[in-house]
Amino acid sequence: MSIEILMPALSPTMEEGTLSKWLVSEGDIVNSGDLLAEIETDKATMEVEAVDEGKIGQILISEGTEGVKVNTPIAILIGSNEAPHPTIKKIAENPYIEKAILPTKNKDKEILKTDSNSSFITVREALRNAMAEEMRDDNNVFIMGEEVAEYQGAYKVTQGLLDEFGDKRVYDTPITEHGFTGVGIGAAFGNLKPIVEFMTFNFAMQAMDQIINSAAKTLYMSGGQMGCPIVFRGPNGAASRVGAQHSQCYASWYAHCPGLKVVTPWSSADAKGLLKSAIRDPDPVIFLENEVMYGQSFDCPDGSDFTLPIGKAHIEKSGKDVTIISFSIMVGKSLEAAEILNDKGIDAEVINLRSLRPLDTETIINSVKKTNRAVTCEEGFPFSGIGSEISAVINENAFDWLDAPVTRVTGKDVPMPYAANLEKLALPQVDDIVNSCINVCNKS
Amino acid sequence: MNKNTSKKSIVSSKNNYDLDLLQNMYKKMLLIRRFEEKAGQLYGMGKIGGFCHLYIGQEAVVVGIQSVQIEGDSVVTSYRDHGHMLACDMDPKGVMAELTGREDGYSKGKGGSMHMFSREKGFFGGHGIVAAQVPIGAGLAFAHKYNGNKNVAITYFGDGAANQGQVYESYNIAALWKLPVIFVIENNKYGMGTSVNRSSAGDNLSDRGKAYGIVADIVDGMDVIAVRDAALKAMDYCRSGKGPYILEMKTYRYRGHSMSDPAKYRTRDEVDEIRQNSDPIDNIKSILVKFGLKDESLKVIDTEIKSIVGNAATFAQESLEPSEAELFTDITIN
Repeated sequence: MSIEILMPALSPTMEEGTLSKWLVSEGDIVNSGDLLAEIETDKATMEVEAVDEGKIGQILISEGTEGVKVNTPIAILIGSNEAPHPTIKKIAENPYIEKAILPTKNKDKEILKTDSNSSFITVREALRNAMAEEMRDDNNVFIMGEEVAEYQGAYKVTQGLLDEFGDKRVYDTPITEHGFTGVGIGAAFGNLKPIVEFMTFNFAMQAMDQIINSAAKTLYMSGGQMGCPIVFRGPNGAASRVGAQHSQCYASWYAHCPGLKVVTPWSSADAKGLLKSAIRDPDPVIFLENEVMYGQSFDCPDGSDFTLPIGKAHIEKSGKDVTIISFSIMVGKSLEAAEILNDKGIDAEVINLRSLRPLDTETIINSVKKTNRAVTCEEGFPFSGIGSEISAVINENAFDWLDAPVTRVTGKDVPMPYAANLEKLALPQVDDIVNSCINVCNKS
Repeated sequence: MNKNTSKKSIVSSKNNYDLDLLQNMYKKMLLIRRFEEKAGQLYGMGKIGGFCHLYIGQEAVVVGIQSVQIEGDSVVTSYRDHGHMLACDMDPKGVMAELTGREDGYSKGKGGSMHMFSREKGFFGGHGIVAAQVPIGAGLAFAHKYNGNKNVAITYFGDGAANQGQVYESYNIAALWKLPVIFVIENNKYGMGTSVNRSSAGDNLSDRGKAYGIVADIVDGMDVIAVRDAALKAMDYCRSGKGPYILEMKTYRYRGHSMSDPAKYRTRDEVDEIRQNSDPIDNIKSILVKFGLKDESLKVIDTEIKSIVGNAATFAQESLEPSEAELFTDITIN
């Protein structure tokens, strides 16, 4: 008998993890349910249990190893009476996990050329640093949400905040979005500066009335008296294999509403600089993160005075043939598409919108006047999407400069399917961007 | 509720009541009554538009509670909010000018009857969505606790709102975090046109706090003395850091849900019976007389209130409509 014990997937988006500790040694007898090892992902540390009985014949991955891919054999289980023997190491592959955007690629792009004091950190760390810095600077800033305190964040974004700031600044809430959102808004009316974390923006729909009717509209309805300095943040858009109710981009829902600001970071620098601006902002800000991006690393300025302005887009790559307008996770896909296009002789400009409301129409229009072609990219549904709005903005302001109709790359107009192949079809892929760009460049 | 409640309650009350205090409460209740009558009249004349929910009949609730507030307390309520604003000492002119949609209104004419605020007076609205003010009130209480002050957030809502889920989410959070909030249920017996009996399971709305361990009292909301006594007790409790408190005020609205309510769901007799036997203003008036206030003094008060309301109505009609430039202001701060 010889059974491979595989590196388990512990969350929908986990692709790899650290084998932090072995709890058994070679030669140990284990029973089903015994703890074998501790595995750390970017979200949590978890214990792996044995599912079969036998003897640990061989440990294949030593403890402390980082980046162990899901489904990699980590140990061999043999019969209780067998002697350990050499094994064939076979690396299993998960056919459904998409190729990750390699962080090093982004590092080479010199996202920020101005600040030499920067660190290569994950988007998750950048978000946490932004919150911690602002909480140190302003005692009125506090965070509330599901699992933000003792659990250290459902996606580990708030890790360490409870330890540093204590339970008077970091609040675990019941799982009642409608109620705790209203409490946050009331606290903001009471001159505090709440950060309300939604475990995902899918659940914020329960709180939609409070966000729109109370947070967004009250300043206007009060003739300017009732500012609501609050940040609603959390992952938005598709995660991985979690089905329709947990995979939706709400960008156009919030961007539709006057009174809100809507911010969509892509990189670590975006995450830090924009979140700090959002916390300092006197208006309600919807801060749409992306779960898939949390674990990706980029260069990010260290200083606590680093911020990025809300309402300003950033040209991630300049080009002359076509403008790709994107936000959040689609910025990375757009940059990948631009590289492929480059090989095909098309020089694409990639705009990272960073904010959807206010929208930096100037940057979009100036770019389109230069390239004469535009492709919008978003994960959300096509109907009344952000791409529709951008297309209208371009038509109204740069129609005479267009050499081809504006084209939208979007998620498909279907609820997100669970099956891996269908999910992939439903989400916009790099190839979709490449093909759209080729199409608009072939028209004149 | 009967005609003699107030006389009995003032005798039984352990709290001190002097003539000044009683007279001030009477004045405020009368101001609310006359203001609302005038608002109804202006609505009928087409000077006030949209929805307009009058507070007539419920005056004792807000005036009794307001009489025990201290500087810095916060108040938040629903769309039936004119009485609460006047009780908070907001200027009747500014409130009436908002009703007429003019630039001198508390919201520069951009909020209307249901959406008025005064940070200066601790009045946080005026909320048009049923029960939305309840978690907001808990949030205002959160801010008081966070800042370590002794203030309380008084959160009013009706019997209709008491069935909304967010009320119970707020109860849970307020009890868990011991927030200094008084949940005042103004049970006027009807959520729009549906009586409490037809909309709410269980005996008393105040019982629903028990599941969260929230202390609750049922109060005769037509008796300002009873309201004040109950509010004193609740305020002491909240200010001492023990957490939230529920006061269920049994009250009654004489007018329809809004101005456009034909009131087919109750009989004229039912309204008349309460008006004649339990009117909160008649109740306190009889106490004032018992305290020796003369008819002439009551008449002086009447004249004074009528003049305030008359001036507010004139002001509200003479104030200009907001300038067109106001359309695009106050959307965001920066």
